[in-house]
Amino acid sequence: MTIDLKTIKHISKLSRISVDDEKAKKLAGDLNSIFEFIKKLNELKTDNVEPLTSVAETTLKLRPDEVKSKNIREQILKNSPEENEDFFVVPRVIE
Amino acid sequence: MSEVTTLSLTDLVQNIKEKKLSSHEVTKGFIDRSEKSKILNTYITEDFSSALEKAKSFDNKPNFDLKLPGIPIAVKDLFCTNGVKTTAGSKILNNFIPTYESTVTKNIWNEGGILLGKLNCDEFAMGSSNETSFFGNVQNPIDKNLVPGGSSGGSAAAIAGNLTPITIGTDTGGSIRQPASFTGTVGLKPTYGSCSRYGIVAFASSLDQAGPISKNVKDCALLQEIISTYDAKDSTSIEFKRKSYSKELTNNIKGKKIGIPKEYRVDGMPKEIEELWTKGIEYVKNCGAQIVDISLPHTNYALPAYYIVAPAEASSNLARYDGVKYGFRSKGENLIDMYEKTRSEGFGSEVQRRIMIGTYVLSSGYYDAYYLKAQKVRKLIKNDFDDAYKKVDAILTPSTPSSAFKIGEKTNDPVSMYLNDIFTVPVNLAGLPAISIPAGLDAKGYPLGLQIIGKAFDEQNILNIAYAMEEKIAFKNKITDWWIK
Repeated sequence: MTIDLKTIKHISKLSRISVDDEKAKKLAGDLNSIFEFIKKLNELKTDNVEPLTSVAETTLKLRPDEVKSKNIREQILKNSPEENEDFFVVPRVIE
Repeated sequence: MSEVTTLSLTDLVQNIKEKKLSSHEVTKGFIDRSEKSKILNTYITEDFSSALEKAKSFDNKPNFDLKLPGIPIAVKDLFCTNGVKTTAGSKILNNFIPTYESTVTKNIWNEGGILLGKLNCDEFAMGSSNETSFFGNVQNPIDKNLVPGGSSGGSAAAIAGNLTPITIGTDTGGSIRQPASFTGTVGLKPTYGSCSRYGIVAFASSLDQAGPISKNVKDCALLQEIISTYDAKDSTSIEFKRKSYSKELTNNIKGKKIGIPKEYRVDGMPKEIEELWTKGIEYVKNCGAQIVDISLPHTNYALPAYYIVAPAEASSNLARYDGVKYGFRSKGENLIDMYEKTRSEGFGSEVQRRIMIGTYVLSSGYYDAYYLKAQKVRKLIKNDFDDAYKKVDAILTPSTPSSAFKIGEKTNDPVSMYLNDIFTVPVNLAGLPAISIPAGLDAKGYPLGLQIIGKAFDEQNILNIAYAMEEKIAFKNKITDWWIK
């Protein structure tokens, strides 16, 4: 299997990363060599193997849903590229 | 007193406790040397004047019961530090100032440590040479134009160059152990769940672990006992009996069974590494340990599995960088256009490559073929280690398949760069602890490391083995201070 430019454009849409033709070509080359390398996994029969989702063999703990950090709105908003009073500002989404 | 920078952490702590040195003297010593070492490009953010103030106030009201009494420490710029810029080596976080502190760094400050600054690293910890950092290459103090390894390259270079007495890095596939090996320093990747991930910029959450990089094994043990705490803020933090690693450190490893996995003898491995490994085997034998030949049959599949699991998790973790709540934003004609341009201009090429790999393997129709397959292979790799640990107490391997390489040498071929981590990646997939210690020099005078892999939560054992070997190896780094005029 090879990854063509159409697939690259599709993944770039899903990834929300804009990609021009030149960059797409470079990425296709890189990804193909990486997937060529990854293909090695097909040598292994894994039908009866349980997937390992986490090495931490514990059940996740529950905790009360409490507010711990208070009065940091200003500091949080300060990190935003654009804010207006108490809100994050984004380009217009509703015409 | 300029030679304070050559002292180990343990010696500095003792000198401060005995009032032979003040925190201010020590802090000033490291700052002066760091000022003369700017060419190494180890720092992304310096916090020197604030460090000197904190040192002064420590000296005015010293608390010698602390484990790090007034000790200045620079940390990898992947740890969120409250009020101090944290970039993860990326343009997209170029102006991010956290409003909270990572648990690991908080533990260090609670024991009296003082923040010196934030150290350079590969962008979002994705790299093996520190060359993917938005803030430029780091020079390895070992030689001009030599990479320090990565992704904790700034941290390893800062230790080797005596710019900080101890430091912390993070290790997702080798990012502590590989740079430690490239710089002749000691690096520990703890058991998954040992150190809290809270406040560490996330790369691949099922693999990421923080750990110390140090001048010697004892310093490493001391910092590990400080940073390893149970933390409710990290859902995969594990409660277990943590030891006073530095207090319980012993070079008595008589009767320990050390496994030598034949699969780590890879094709094309330089003869020097093969010889170093053989020498390492002799050293542990001389310490009274027993050598056992073992097999980890799925070793060769670890790296391909890693390059599915890590990018998949990264593509999900890095979805949060959208130019809205923090970080860099590019102008766009509409919301989607703004997202796409922000991420295209804000992420470097290696990060984009990995997000694309991750998105692809998780996308509809490919999930079973890639991600699920990789998780099954991960299980086989963990089973290999579980089987081996029925016969042995620890495993000894080389840390890397080569010594440090020149800047630019491997940047054009991602796969050849990924192969750097061939010996370190299996450990992350299995969640085990492993330490890299300097074990010799190659013909060029560049350091080479050996790796000791332990059972889960058995940090004490691998630290002891490393401690015993360190004594026998008596490693000396060849650093000429070439960068200081």
